[in-house]
Amino acid sequence: MNALLAADLPYWVQSLLRVLGGLVAVLLPAGTIVYLFLFKMMSFMQSRLGPMEAGPYGSMQLFAEVGKWLQKEDITPARADRTIFKIAPLVVLASTFLLVAVVPFGPDAWFTNFEAGVFYMLAVSSVSVLGILIAGWSSANKYSLLGGLRAAGQLIAYELPMVLAVIGVIIQAGTMNLQGIVVAQNGGEIFGWNGLGNPYILTQFTGFIIFMIAVQAELTQTPFDMPIAESELVSGYMTEYSGFRFLTFFIAEFATAGVFSLIASVLFLGGWGVPFAWFDWKSIDDISDWMNVVGPLIMFTKMMVLAFIIMWVRFSYPRFREDQLQRFAWKVLIPISLVNIMITAILKVAF
Amino acid sequence: MTSTESLIDRRQLAYIASQAADARLNVELETEGMTLNIGPQHPATHGTLRIIAHLDGEQVVWAEPSCGYMHRGYEKLTEVRTYPQVTSLVNRIDWLGSFANEVPFILAAEKLMGIEAPPRAQWIRTILFELSRIANVSLFLGDLGVQLGAVTPVFMAFRDREHVLNLIEATTGGRFHPNFDRIGGLKDDLPAGFIDETRAVMKTLRNFCTEMEDLLFGNEIFQSRTRGIGVIPKDIAMQYGLSGANLRASGVDWDLRRDQSLPMAWDKVDWKVWTHPDGDSFARCWIRLQEVRESTLIVDQLLNNIPSGPVMAKVPRIIKVPEGEAWVSTENPLGEMGYYVVSKGDLGPFRTKIRSASFNNISIVPWILKGVYVPDIITILASLYFILGDIDR
Repeated sequence: MNALLAADLPYWVQSLLRVLGGLVAVLLPAGTIVYLFLFKMMSFMQSRLGPMEAGPYGSMQLFAEVGKWLQKEDITPARADRTIFKIAPLVVLASTFLLVAVVPFGPDAWFTNFEAGVFYMLAVSSVSVLGILIAGWSSANKYSLLGGLRAAGQLIAYELPMVLAVIGVIIQAGTMNLQGIVVAQNGGEIFGWNGLGNPYILTQFTGFIIFMIAVQAELTQTPFDMPIAESELVSGYMTEYSGFRFLTFFIAEFATAGVFSLIASVLFLGGWGVPFAWFDWKSIDDISDWMNVVGPLIMFTKMMVLAFIIMWVRFSYPRFREDQLQRFAWKVLIPISLVNIMITAILKVAF
Repeated sequence: MTSTESLIDRRQLAYIASQAADARLNVELETEGMTLNIGPQHPATHGTLRIIAHLDGEQVVWAEPSCGYMHRGYEKLTEVRTYPQVTSLVNRIDWLGSFANEVPFILAAEKLMGIEAPPRAQWIRTILFELSRIANVSLFLGDLGVQLGAVTPVFMAFRDREHVLNLIEATTGGRFHPNFDRIGGLKDDLPAGFIDETRAVMKTLRNFCTEMEDLLFGNEIFQSRTRGIGVIPKDIAMQYGLSGANLRASGVDWDLRRDQSLPMAWDKVDWKVWTHPDGDSFARCWIRLQEVRESTLIVDQLLNNIPSGPVMAKVPRIIKVPEGEAWVSTENPLGEMGYYVVSKGDLGPFRTKIRSASFNNISIVPWILKGVYVPDIITILASLYFILGDIDR
């Protein structure tokens, strides 16, 4: 991939390749496997078997459902704002595509190597709010409108704790480059002991918890699924969508869960790396080439663990009310993350 | 009593003040409210209830239930059926606890005819009555989770309720519509192995209750969603004619199983009527949970000493009920359900008035939904627990 990108291609071709590479290499497999794994897992949690008919143990279920949705009629409500209505799902999906572009999968396996990777990641993840808001607004449906407004309020409220939680990591790593953060974790040490490196889940545990809560809210998963709220708003901003466009929302939901798990594993679990002390690597240049193959597998394992946690919470909790959620974000999460930043900064200077 | 009155006064004053403030705001900003139709087709309405809610943002200004979308005219239909045929109609009123619907009607007819079912039939009636209560309310406990956004409890409810339905099916031949009760007794005796199996199932159900307490009722989000939401003070609950768990959750110690003498077996066993002082949504849900557990204990005790003997009294082949009027009500899963049967000495009733619990229970909706948020509408409706068949009959 890198050799290809290093070749003399126009900038737009490079960008296109990066995004398509993300789609083909990461999002499709991640989406499929996350979807199947989670549906089976959720079924066992709920004492049932889950999909069993399509393929062995229902492993082809996603393809069956995609096929079903593609056959359905693409309905636009008569009073809807047609253009915006049709764009909205794509905006949501685009945010997922853009997110995956900065995630490093190995020492050389990345799509882009931004210096301000964390900044970029936080910025593009909020693009999905826009998609949800315009989907709610343009549907010409009162339930959708309520859902869209709730989504906007919620996603903006949770953007802040997420940013603040990540700042602790940035302070510790001393870089905003995601690759740099991975290297800093695996090459790091905790009080002189480097057997595990320094995965920030240990030193930034508060930050990790806040980040995961914010991710849960960002993904509009239960306990923060008020914008969707099947039992109140009948799926909120998605109510009027059918066929392919609903499929887009649906895939974006699972793919974004996967991508946020990837990002959380990069920020807090050491990403693709193994502790450098195990192989006597000193810097990123020493790392053997086989890490480009093993690294993505390690990432994938971590992603599954985190996605499991996200879905575990989703299937065991009831949902908050909108005002309770705002109170939780502003009165609990933000003060805690500010204190976390302060303590991290003090300790960083002290050690 | 004074404390609740002043509470209501304060509540009304606050409401009037907020309305006045809104009116001023509306003049200045020219905002207008939005009328949201919750239902007739909405997942939270258990069928086809329609709530017309006038919203200001997410706050309800006023709300009104509109029912009748599923009216099936059972009161009128009973006039053209014979007495034994009526049970198959009234089965379908509260379709989750069907057997309990048959009992008050049969009791009313028996009262008019002056006969009484043999003790064994009374015992089995009571057991089936409590089984249908368990089948009904355990589904409520699962559904409550869905209404509040937790999807897992409903699967547990369906899993364990299945055992109860199997018991009902083994006895009556019907899972949902048993049509088993007869004037003067029951259609059949219990099947072989019923007692042992029921004991095992009751144990499962008690485990299910504990599981629900752990998974749902102990959850902090659940508590913050239900505690203090939709408070019904004691006197308001009585004024609106609430019954069943909704009334007991407001602190009224009133249970028709205990408070009246019917030819049933409840007075033969030792059990407790649960009440809760709070009157909020949590109290209503909690009371129901306790009642499921209490019902399993009632069934367990009844199984210990079922009397032997026939299950059918001597009744004529063609049943003609003598002229007269009778009112019998029982404590059904949803609340008080009663039948006022008027007989002119024919094969069928001249007129039947059905008092179903849910119809009265949702009459409080306009009062209770004032000023709450949209998510709380769902919580309150779920905790009031109505079944559409029971509202529209």
